[in-house]
Amino acid sequence: MDYNKDFLKKLYFEMLRIRRTEKRLIKLFNDGHIKAPIHLSIGQEAVAVGVMAALRPEDKIVSTHRCHAHYLAKGGDMKKMFAEILGKATGCAKGKGGTMHLFDEDAGHVISAPIVGASISFAVGLALSFKMKDEDKIAVAFFGDGAVEEGIFWESINFASTHHLPILFVCENNLYATHSHILKRQPSEEITSRVAPYINSRRINNANDIWHVIEVVKPKVDLVRKGQPCFIEACTYRLHEHWGVGYDWDLGYRSYAEGEKWAAKGPFEKLDDILSMWNVGRGHEEMEIAIGKEIDEAEEFALNSPAPSEKELLTEVDDEKNYL
Amino acid sequence: MRKITYKDASAEALLMAMEKDKNVFLIGEGVDNITGVYGNTLPAYEKFGPSRVIDTPLSENGLTGFCIGAALNGMRPVLIHQRNDFMLLAMDQMFNQAAKIRYMSGGCHKVPITILSFVARKPGEGAQHSQSLHSIFAHFPGVKVGMPTTSADVKGMILSAIFDDNPVIILQHRELFDEVGYVPEGYYETPLSARIMRRGEHITLVTVSAAVIDALKTRDILARRGVYLEIIDLRWMRPIDIAPIIRSVKKTGKLLVVDIGWKSCSISSEIIALVAEQAHGYLKCAPRRITLPDAPCPASQYLESLYHPKAEIIVQAIEELERRK
Repeated sequence: MDYNKDFLKKLYFEMLRIRRTEKRLIKLFNDGHIKAPIHLSIGQEAVAVGVMAALRPEDKIVSTHRCHAHYLAKGGDMKKMFAEILGKATGCAKGKGGTMHLFDEDAGHVISAPIVGASISFAVGLALSFKMKDEDKIAVAFFGDGAVEEGIFWESINFASTHHLPILFVCENNLYATHSHILKRQPSEEITSRVAPYINSRRINNANDIWHVIEVVKPKVDLVRKGQPCFIEACTYRLHEHWGVGYDWDLGYRSYAEGEKWAAKGPFEKLDDILSMWNVGRGHEEMEIAIGKEIDEAEEFALNSPAPSEKELLTEVDDEKNYL
Repeated sequence: MRKITYKDASAEALLMAMEKDKNVFLIGEGVDNITGVYGNTLPAYEKFGPSRVIDTPLSENGLTGFCIGAALNGMRPVLIHQRNDFMLLAMDQMFNQAAKIRYMSGGCHKVPITILSFVARKPGEGAQHSQSLHSIFAHFPGVKVGMPTTSADVKGMILSAIFDDNPVIILQHRELFDEVGYVPEGYYETPLSARIMRRGEHITLVTVSAAVIDALKTRDILARRGVYLEIIDLRWMRPIDIAPIIRSVKKTGKLLVVDIGWKSCSISSEIIALVAEQAHGYLKCAPRRITLPDAPCPASQYLESLYHPKAEIIVQAIEELERRK
């Protein structure tokens, strides 16, 4: 990988683009345009952008209910994303999937699903098909720490390991499943050592440091391409409430001090330091202008798009010819 | 035309599908073992080996998801569970995921997976190895559920399932394995329709799977007494082909449904509800149904023999219906 200045600026740009996009979604939510439980990725952008930086365009990813960052970082169409979240006919799923089911086939974001752990298995199936069809690409499953408690996670790593599938498992350990701390749910905060007996595994203690993410992920991706499945535990932190646009420090299940500690870890600050150290102007203003323009256009597109027609209620359940 | 067993017709269909399309593969717990899942996978394994007849860990839910993922990349997986009881472990993947993905993606994704499994009713198998779960599977939009009864249908229904662009569940009944019937040699698909097995004018009998065999025996007994049943093999639990049932009820005015599952919220409930909605005025008397009693299946051969409805019970129900004017 070419760690040049443009590359670093690109990483910063991608993270900023996700942050600004979600900030706009907050506004649209507060203005009453979004009638859906959006799950914000704010605070976790470095994982999405860092992992994606190690992939090729033809590689495929699957995600969860918290899929906005993955979608954008993989190159998903922002207009279709806004339209989908606003329930419009021009959305990536014509409004029939919604915020928790974002996908962009052209960008290689195959599918997202909110049943915890469920979509991990889709990535395994994709990897199996790559192997069977001799396609030179890898599958990446994004999921949270809660998914590690699901049987399907262990079924997935067991099968991937046994069949030597080209898959990277990326567990974003943000410490909380909705409002439950990981230590109420698992024997330790650290997950990697429990997975390591199955497959090649590595923990990233501060995955808000995108530089660190890339350094760890890149060699793992190289192994995955050779048919050795790998697991990454990316420790990060969700700054907003589980779903919705507010903060939830008042609920008392986590402390504001903990949030502040994680916020100070990045994702922007670390990269900012490196950029300054290398004496690279961030080009902040140009970035903000370019991102703002793209978001304005996506928002306008979604707001002006038509609602799905009434016939959409019943189409695409099955082949039309099969309706008896 | 040649006559072959249900079991051989099924194995032939799986082999034929794999020969026709390289994206078809078989996967499941023990699919490559020496008995070949009651013989189903033997010809396929012999020809294609372990790379396309894939033995797996015991992970029903995960396997279903793996098949979905492979299907999202153009494969046509056939997932085989040795018993349909095991499919309850995969409810999320079958119905929350596979059944809904096409709709949730606005028609972009298709999930052409086939889930093939087996129903049994044998003494000693007990509560978790002797049930038929077709009714709950048929509850969900987005899947098809078929239960082939004849050798010809098991081949045609498996082929139509594999080359359908949506998830299809096929449940075979182990009592049917050795039934022999005429089976065309070439490729064909069985349409999504019910089949009228016998014509008759006195009573409409709608039934499924192994119960069709019981119903056919009953017909012969009753025909000697001058009572002629119209026997309809439903074949597909979803979508239900109700039209021939309605036509038949309009002719006979009497309806009996014989199922191999429980009564509540079931395929028998559904058929009677549809007839009530669409042919109420033609019914001469209240419809009847014969189902399993409301208890899990007992293991003891003494109790088990009381559990599954027999041909005599069907005869008795028909005699009662016959007396109604």
